[in-house]
Amino acid sequence: MEKIIKDRSYLLNRRNFLAKSSVGIGTAALSSLLGMNMFNSSKNGILTPTNGGGTKGIIENLHFAPKAKRVIYLFQSGGPSQLDLFDYKPLLNERRGEDLPESIRKGQRLTGMTSGQANFPLAGSVFPFQQYGQSGAWISDLLPYTSKIADEMCIIKSMHTEAINHDPAITFFQTGSQQPGRPSMGAWMSYGLGSSNDNLPSFTVLLSRGTGRPAGQPLYSRLWGNGFLHSLHQGVQFRSGKDPVLYLKDPAGIDRASRRRMLDKLASLNHKQLEEFGDPEISSRIAQYEMAYRMQTSVPEVMNVDNEPDHIYKMYGPDSTQPGTYAANCLLARRLAENGVNFIQLYHMGWDSHDNLPTQIKGQAMDTDQASAALVMDLKQRGMLDDTLVIWGGEFGRTNYSQGALTANNYGRDHHPRSFSIWMAGGGVKPGIVYGETDEFGYNIVENPVHVHDFQATTLRLLGVDHEKLIYKYQGRRYRLTDVHGKVVNDIIA
Amino acid sequence: MKSPINSSYLIFLICSLFACQSEVDNQKTTSTISIKQQQIPDKIDFNFHVKPILSDRCFKCHGPDKNAVEGDLSLATKEDAFIALGKDKNRYAIIPHQADSSALVHRIFTENADDIMPPPESNLKLEKHEKEILKKWIEQGAEWKEHWSLIPPEKTAIPAIQNESWAKNELDYFVLAKLEANQLRPNQMVKPTKLLRRLSFDLTGLPPTIEELNIFLADDSPNAYEKQVDRLLASPAYAEHRAVQWLDIARYADSHGYQDDLERIAWPWRDWVIHAYQKNMPYNQFVTWQLAGDLLPNPTLEQIVATAFNRNHKITQEGGVIPEEYRTEYVADRAQTFSTAFLGLTMECARCHDHKYDPLSQKNYFQLFSFFNNVPENGQIQPYGAIPKPFIKLTKKEIDGVLSFVNNLDTMAEIPLMVMEEMAKPRQAHILNRGAYDQPTEAVFPNTPEAVLAFDKKYPTNRKGLADWLFAKENPLTARVAVNRLWQQLFGVGIVSSSDDFGNQGALPTHPELLDFLAVKFREEGWNEKAMLKYIVLSATYQQSAKTTPELLEIDPENQLLARASRLRLSAEMIRDHALTISGLLSKEVGGPSVKPYQPDGLWAETIGGGGGSLAKYNQDEGYKLYRRSIYTFWKRTVPPPSMMTFDATTRDLCTVKRQRTSTPLQALVLMNDPQIIEASRILAQNAVTKGTTSAERITTIFQWATSRKPTTDEMETLTDYLAEEIQYFQAAPEKADEYLAIGAYQIEYTIEKPEMAAYAMVASAIFNLDESISRG
Repeated sequence: MEKIIKDRSYLLNRRNFLAKSSVGIGTAALSSLLGMNMFNSSKNGILTPTNGGGTKGIIENLHFAPKAKRVIYLFQSGGPSQLDLFDYKPLLNERRGEDLPESIRKGQRLTGMTSGQANFPLAGSVFPFQQYGQSGAWISDLLPYTSKIADEMCIIKSMHTEAINHDPAITFFQTGSQQPGRPSMGAWMSYGLGSSNDNLPSFTVLLSRGTGRPAGQPLYSRLWGNGFLHSLHQGVQFRSGKDPVLYLKDPAGIDRASRRRMLDKLASLNHKQLEEFGDPEISSRIAQYEMAYRMQTSVPEVMNVDNEPDHIYKMYGPDSTQPGTYAANCLLARRLAENGVNFIQLYHMGWDSHDNLPTQIKGQAMDTDQASAALVMDLKQRGMLDDTLVIWGGEFGRTNYSQGALTANNYGRDHHPRSFSIWMAGGGVKPGIVYGETDEFGYNIVENPVHVHDFQATTLRLLGVDHEKLIYKYQGRRYRLTDVHGKVVNDIIA
Repeated sequence: MKSPINSSYLIFLICSLFACQSEVDNQKTTSTISIKQQQIPDKIDFNFHVKPILSDRCFKCHGPDKNAVEGDLSLATKEDAFIALGKDKNRYAIIPHQADSSALVHRIFTENADDIMPPPESNLKLEKHEKEILKKWIEQGAEWKEHWSLIPPEKTAIPAIQNESWAKNELDYFVLAKLEANQLRPNQMVKPTKLLRRLSFDLTGLPPTIEELNIFLADDSPNAYEKQVDRLLASPAYAEHRAVQWLDIARYADSHGYQDDLERIAWPWRDWVIHAYQKNMPYNQFVTWQLAGDLLPNPTLEQIVATAFNRNHKITQEGGVIPEEYRTEYVADRAQTFSTAFLGLTMECARCHDHKYDPLSQKNYFQLFSFFNNVPENGQIQPYGAIPKPFIKLTKKEIDGVLSFVNNLDTMAEIPLMVMEEMAKPRQAHILNRGAYDQPTEAVFPNTPEAVLAFDKKYPTNRKGLADWLFAKENPLTARVAVNRLWQQLFGVGIVSSSDDFGNQGALPTHPELLDFLAVKFREEGWNEKAMLKYIVLSATYQQSAKTTPELLEIDPENQLLARASRLRLSAEMIRDHALTISGLLSKEVGGPSVKPYQPDGLWAETIGGGGGSLAKYNQDEGYKLYRRSIYTFWKRTVPPPSMMTFDATTRDLCTVKRQRTSTPLQALVLMNDPQIIEASRILAQNAVTKGTTSAERITTIFQWATSRKPTTDEMETLTDYLAEEIQYFQAAPEKADEYLAIGAYQIEYTIEKPEMAAYAMVASAIFNLDESISRG
């Protein structure tokens, strides 16, 4: 409380300070010195302030009534096996060990890791499946908690992508292009919709490492990069440990009051320069320092989970007390959502089970199952699920045949881009449905295919954005998250 | 075609404002600009007023992409635009002088939703004044011109000006003529201290020392400034600074870039770039060696080293990829780098289909592609960790001899370097349907886009021939693109602000005659970069003050008329190097293996999968390697140095000729809390304490180092108060002073009590955080 009062008195002092100095300051400079966000609206797609706190994006009026205000994207990096989690294919057990029929494979591309295999032995899941919820969705025993929220979930079993290797596939999902250089989904959203708060970045990222396959696929900071958009839109990584955002923490020996003193002097000196040179960049700079100062307080506050009650930890599972785990990150995601962060991206590594899949996927499921479900239910009990879109999924699926030897209780699966499963919940998605279908081999899609660009278009649609109208012109070309493709999947919108 | 650009354009302020509009429509336009835009010029010019509209709103369906043309109408060329349309061939989109009979006018003004152009589903539309411009252009006779940048530049006449005494060289005539046409006056000259600061940062990326400032101030000879220019151009720091931009263009990095992102050794090539800048290698030679050094007659080892330029692209090691798919990407990357860096064209847009805006066909694209298609390479690094072929090994003997510019600091016995090599029998290139590696169609052979310049039969059909073509006198783009980048380095923005796009969708030159004047001068005087930079910085235009007024900001917010100098935030490299310089920590070593200075813990380790080899973990360097210029900071593409990225460094994924210049809260955090900056602040403070005896002297020293000027009385008062507050703070808690003064690896003896010392260090940190400290005005 004392802090708040102090901050207010600071604002008042600034106001007096400005009242005394008369010449050459526009309202812009005034607002910046008062600590409001003052971003010049300009061709780089910089944010502009709104009256109710936060900043406006480039979209003046949303194209549709929004169903969701924010997104929590639980990215499962490496490519979870849909055939062991959501896409139940008893035929693969019945015909276990038989070669994948050419009539199903149709000569389609395989990765270089299995294209040389002499045969492609069908591998049914060793994990039993049961039906859950009103839709009767099949979910494997690997996901006991997720199966309990079946009535909240929209499971899409007919996702497909164009890329068959990790780097291009994950880059494609996050940016709409297989090759690096484009802005991430979260950056597009920040550019289009702005920010709902003045103290935290609009797009945050949390990483965790899987226990199923600890040495899995790498991540790249470009996955949450701003590409050609203004760098204000880049995803800001929140990390466990003493410096939750890079360079956030004041150095040893410096406390908050001491930082405040420095900022006051800086503002005063910078202001003299503004008077002399009249460069609006100087007032922007002053505003950025104030935002940085607020972040230094608000980030540790949002990261500090000490006051979460026991029943919440219990809900998210034992890992949630361990900073840096997926479960702890899910809990943080909820706190970030509560504090006005609109795009929260988690990455959980380790789903790339080319071998020892039954063992590896157990670990991955243990890491993620309880906390993912808890996040959905926690949002629901807080009344936030209605306008928060939760997405769970990886960059592609896995093959119905075993990579390497198929033994009684062991197999691996190679990458499979032609069909895989993801799920969504909340944020205006129809709850309790299963969408799309694959053939009985779980190889090709037979009903309602959803391409990555369709998924991106649908996500934007739920946010009230027409994916064809969220554009940024760069090097003469109008770029979109969905490139020149993408169809909204209206069937899954409530 | 005598003069490509008619001087009457100068009367239009709107030209320059149009250029801005054509660049981006993402913005909510400021009121100033929109008012100006709505003025319809008296004389409509095709290139400056009409084409930007046609290209941006119409070419998508009526442009150069033949397969996308709707209604049989293309507006890309005069022949196509004036063609008879309809079943009876009795309708015309454009009938000169007859706007009312022109279908184009009807279709853009109609309110009938079925007829209106552009159609609503395109999400494009024409503003009222844009419609009026098109109509008026037809009324005035619909004169058609070639795209300005594709007409070879010719030496333009020096325009007349009233205030001739202001001008220092021809350049100023062009600038002043435009100012006078707009009833504006140039700004006063900048103060000498600020001038030397500007010049030092622009030419070397480093601030002037206090001694250098004093020498300059004391020098009353008529060529005092010129002496400084010559001194800076001759310094190794000049070469390092120029090389930074070249590394962006060449997408240089110390890692391979995809997936596991393994280490690569490319720095000997970087050392060559610095060496080439140091000795002022002519631009045509500099580029030819990099493009085709291996194809020169009896190539020297140095010429082959230069070709590593074409191998700086990303390379994958990911298991399971199809090598040919990635090899195709590498060739495409080389072709794209070539066209962006040297032609200012977005050739990559023609990979999947004919270019939507520029006269570049998909066939043109793959003809250019085929120049770069003959490298005996593999798309995938195999085995894991191997050096991608082709490469050479630089021996110790060579490094001691002909390659003495390679700084073999780690004394490696031999240094592998990926370079270019031409296959004895070229690979057959094809047009790839939709650009996909596995969909070859028509066979193609090396050739260049005829819309730019036909490929003369006298040239060999290989990269050497391509370099010859690039530097042909008739090539309309090469010199303009190069000289525009030099201008960008000195003014922050090019004469063509879209320095990466000289095509129909790019910005128009604010000073077209000046651009051509400089381009021709550059070419005729032997592509001499130091001479061109010197010529520009000696102009009165460059030496103006950056001070501005609300009125001028209103008239010309983007400073396109150059009635003042631009005030620019320093680049990522400059900011860090500035801190290292003023603290005296900067290592003077030039070249050598890239180094790993301070970086927050764990960044590399937390994103790796199982692999990554030597880059799995960031092993921070020690000693002088913490204080080397930022050009030497190790560049891991998938996790680039975060403090540099925060200040808009490029990812080095692709060729980039122009960086963003943003202002964000994360930048404030870096400047306040990065140990590199805090360490520099405390060393700077100690140096100032040694140098002066009073607090005023000491504060003045710090301030002068950081801003190149002395503080005003007012500023001194603020800082003295601040020092007193901080002394009080640290005296109350001396352990905090100990902690603060221990940040960073560099050990020194402090000569005053630590609480007071720490207070000075805080003052230094505050001063370094000033907007002025990280700007050059």
